[in-house]
Amino acid sequence: MTNSPATTSPDAGPPGLGSEAEGTPARSGLALVLGALPWLVAAGLVGAAGYLGGYLATIVAFALIYAVFVTGLNIFMGFTAQVSFGHNAFAAIGGYTSAVLTTTYEWPPLAAFAAGLAGSLALAGLIGWPTLRLKGHYLSMGTLAIGLIVYEIAVQWESVTQGYLGISGIPSLGIGRFEATGDRQILAVLTAIVLLGAFVVARMRRSRFGRALSAVAGSEEAARALGIDVARYKLASFLLSAGFASLAGTLFVHVVGYVSPEVFGLHMVILAFTMLYVGGLGTVVGPIIGALVISLLPETFRGFRDYQDLGYGAALILLLIYAPRGMAGLIDLAAGRKAS
Amino acid sequence: MTVRLSVEGATKRYGGLTAVDDVSFVVPDRGVTAIIGPNGAGKTTLFNLISGAQPPTAGRVVFEGEDVTRLPPEAKAARGLVRTFQLVKLFADLTAAENVAVGTHLKTRGGFLSAVFRPPSIRRMEAGIAARSRELLDLVGLGAVADRKAATLSYGRQRLLEVARALAAEPKLLLLDEPAAGLNAEESARLSDVIRKIAASGTSVLLIEHDMTLVMNTADDVVVIDFGRKIAQGAPAEVKANPAVIAAYLG
Ligand SMILES: Nc1ncnc2c1ncn2[C@@H]1O[C@H](COP(=O)(O)OP(=O)(O)OP(=O)(O)O)[C@@H](O)[C@H]1O
Ligand SMILES: [Mg+2]
Repeated sequence: MTNSPATTSPDAGPPGLGSEAEGTPARSGLALVLGALPWLVAAGLVGAAGYLGGYLATIVAFALIYAVFVTGLNIFMGFTAQVSFGHNAFAAIGGYTSAVLTTTYEWPPLAAFAAGLAGSLALAGLIGWPTLRLKGHYLSMGTLAIGLIVYEIAVQWESVTQGYLGISGIPSLGIGRFEATGDRQILAVLTAIVLLGAFVVARMRRSRFGRALSAVAGSEEAARALGIDVARYKLASFLLSAGFASLAGTLFVHVVGYVSPEVFGLHMVILAFTMLYVGGLGTVVGPIIGALVISLLPETFRGFRDYQDLGYGAALILLLIYAPRGMAGLIDLAAGRKAS
Repeated sequence: MTVRLSVEGATKRYGGLTAVDDVSFVVPDRGVTAIIGPNGAGKTTLFNLISGAQPPTAGRVVFEGEDVTRLPPEAKAARGLVRTFQLVKLFADLTAAENVAVGTHLKTRGGFLSAVFRPPSIRRMEAGIAARSRELLDLVGLGAVADRKAATLSYGRQRLLEVARALAAEPKLLLLDEPAAGLNAEESARLSDVIRKIAASGTSVLLIEHDMTLVMNTADDVVVIDFGRKIAQGAPAEVKANPAVIAAYLG
C-alpha cells in the first residue's frame, strides 16, 4: 500500500474540539516531571523508612508487599478490566506453602516459593479455565468462592496449618547463604522485588501481549474481530496476577515470621482494591504509590485519635472524587493531558 | 473473477422479527461491493452473520470455498475476514498508533516472556509494527495524532482509526460498516480514496454506507436491502434508477 502523506492538519477536526490540539513542548516537559513525581515520592518514603527504621520501616515493608500483590491485581483488573474478589486465595496458598515447607520440612525459601507458585497457578487455571469461557460474572463469583474456601481450609486443616493458632518461626527471606536480617536489608530486598515487578509490567504494557490485554479491556468484540483469542488472554492475565499474589503471600510470611488465616482474609481484598483505585488503575506506578499511601494514611491521622477513622475516610473520598482514575491519573490531569 | 465470499440464504430472526430474510449474494475477490438500504433494513445484522458476531438462524457463509458459518469471529479474522463497527469500538486506553498495532496481532508473534525479555527479534518486530502503524495512520490522515489516546479523538477520526486498525490485519475481505458516518467533507473524500486504494491492492471490500456519493464513487456492485430482504443488485447507476430501490428509499 502506498504511503501518502497526511494532509489533514491536527486542527482540521470539527470546531469545539480544542482539546485535540497537541501538547506544547513546555507541557510535555511538565508531564515528564510530574510523571516522575510518584516514583520520587515512593523512593522518598522507602528511603525515610530505611533511615529511620522502627515502626515506619515495618509499615513500609507491609506496603511494599502489598505493592507486589496490587501490581499483580492491576494486570487483571487494570490492564485487562476484569474483576476478581479472590486473589487473597493465591496469597494464602503462596504464604502457607512457604510457611509449612520452610518450617516443618526445612525447605529453602526459594524452593518453597516455587512450590507455592505452582499451587497458586494450578488453582488459578482450574478456576479460570472453565469460567473465563463463559460470558458474564462467573469468574468474579468463582474467585469470591475460592477466597472463602481457601480461608476455611486454612482454619480447618489443623494438622498442617495449625488452624487459628497459625504457624510461627518462619525463617526470614533468604537465598543460599544470604538471609535478609534487619529492617534495611528487608526493605532493600522488597524494594528490588517491587521494582522488578514494575519493570515486568512496564515491558508487558508496550508489547503485543500487553496490547492484546488492553484490547480485551477496551472491547472484547473488537478484539475478537482482529483475531485475538479473548478467553486465552484473560486466562493468561489471571494466571499472571495470581503469580504476583502468590509471591506477595510468600514475602509476607517470611517478613513477619508468622502466618494465620486472618492474614489472608477478605480484608486483604478490600485493602488491595482501595490501593489500586487510589493509586491508579492500569498504570505502572499506581499500585506502588497506592500501597504506600493507603498504608501510611491511617498513621497520618493517628494524632487526631478519635477522629482517625473519620479523617482517613474523608481523605479517601476526596482522593476518589478529585482523582477518579487514581493518583497517577491526577498527575496526568495536572500535566494538561486527559487522564490515561 | 473468483468468489471470495458467498452468502447463501442468510436469515436472522429475533423472536417475531426477521432482521435478515433469506439474503444471498457473492463478493468477488476484487473490487468494492456496497450494501445499501434504509435505516433498520438489516445491514448491520447481515455483517454480524458474516463476521461471526452472531450465528444465523438459517443459511450459510462460505469464505474462499470454506463453510465458515459457525466459526467464531477470531477464527474468521484469522482466515482474512475483518470488520469495522458502525458504533466505533476502539481500545480507549491505547493511543491511535497502539490501536493500529493491535490490528497486526494475527500477523505477528510473541507472548508474555518475549515481552519481558524483549530479544532482538522482538525489538525488530516492534519496530516494524510501529512503522507499519505510522504508515496506515498516514494513509487515513491521522499521522499527526498517532500518539493521542483513541478516546480523545473526534468521532470522525475515530472511524478512520478503525479503518486503519482493520487494515493492519491485512484482510482479504474488509467489511466496513458506515465508515463515512460523522466524517467531514475532507475526511470523506480521503476515505473514498483510501477505499479505492484498498481495493486496488487486492483486498475485496464490502461496504455498508448511507453516503451515496461515497457509494457511487467507490462501489463496483451494489446490493440493496429493505426489510431484511435483498430487493436489488447491480452496478451503482443501474441500482439508482431501479424503481423498487427508489420506492424503498421514499418509503
Ligand atoms: N440484537 C437484536 N435483537 C432484536 N432486534 C434486533 C437486534 N439487532 C437488530 N435488531 C433489529 O433488526 C433490524 C435490523 O437492524 P440493523 O441494525 O441490522 O439495521 P441496519 O440496516 O444496520 O440499520 P442502520 O442503517 O440504522 O444501521 C432492526 O429492526 C433492529 O431493531
Ligand atoms: Mg447498521
